[in-house]
Amino acid sequence: MLILTCPCCGQTGEETEFHAGGEAHLTRFGPGSSDDDFEGYLFMRENPKGVHFERWRHVYGCGKWFHAARCTMTLEVFGTYAAQTTEPPQELRDKISAKRPGWSWGAFS
Amino acid sequence: MSETVTALNGAVWSKGIATITEAPLQGMITLRGDLSISAIKKAAKTATGMAVPGPGKATVDGDTGLCWMSPDEILVLCPYSQVAETLDKMTAVLAKTHALAVDVSDARAVFQVSGPLARDVMAKLAPVDFSADAFAPGMFRRSRMAQVAAAFWMPDADRFQIVCFRSQSQYMFDLLKVAAQPGSEIQKP
Repeated sequence: MLILTCPCCGQTGEETEFHAGGEAHLTRFGPGSSDDDFEGYLFMRENPKGVHFERWRHVYGCGKWFHAARCTMTLEVFGTYAAQTTEPPQELRDKISAKRPGWSWGAFS
Repeated sequence: MSETVTALNGAVWSKGIATITEAPLQGMITLRGDLSISAIKKAAKTATGMAVPGPGKATVDGDTGLCWMSPDEILVLCPYSQVAETLDKMTAVLAKTHALAVDVSDARAVFQVSGPLARDVMAKLAPVDFSADAFAPGMFRRSRMAQVAAAFWMPDADRFQIVCFRSQSQYMFDLLKVAAQPGSEIQKP
């Protein structure tokens, strides 16, 4: 069971109280971008075994979006953080490094 | 003037391990805005005479109170007959603020689960820790109950007050009845 703590309202609940919103930290390529960039934005997703970053929404609670870092193998949640950011906070990255040395995900490690 | 009634006309069911009651009409006003702004706090105070509760908390006295719904939303409870009057007072306070105060009384239904085993009934339906030290009177939680959204708090140690959408009231009542079936207790009373 995936247990998440919403950083907006502070409530802890299991995953059925939330709704998954796909991969985190995508860079949008819209009109005027190259075909390769647009394809990458639209279709190419990480599919890691291990550390993963996702967007979630506290759909049955406060209704807010947030980010979560978790392990796809063990369902361990390393932390949750605000939606208003384009990269995971350094503090959280350090925490993940301590638990999963040498991890990398997209442009982050 | 039309006669307003609750969704299930005050249905009561007491054949199980807890009593399920549809509560009488309850005035409910949604107040949305930046909760750190003084005008918003003042509007909440004007409506109820109470201070805005912190995250996950509710201050409720009878049918008057304030419930913390989300970082930008407060549910104002007031007597059903005073909704229009309360709303007018709040709107006056909020005149120059980017905020929203709307009467949602008739969009919702309110249920009560009461009895020493009320916690058992709730624990079967919502993915929330209902042990006495994890959920106590004064706390407020929005979650789901089976398949529908619900918000609940405890007016006292043996009673839960549940707010759900009015269109889901029959579902909620049936759900609570099933969860309170005779012989279905989890803990000894």
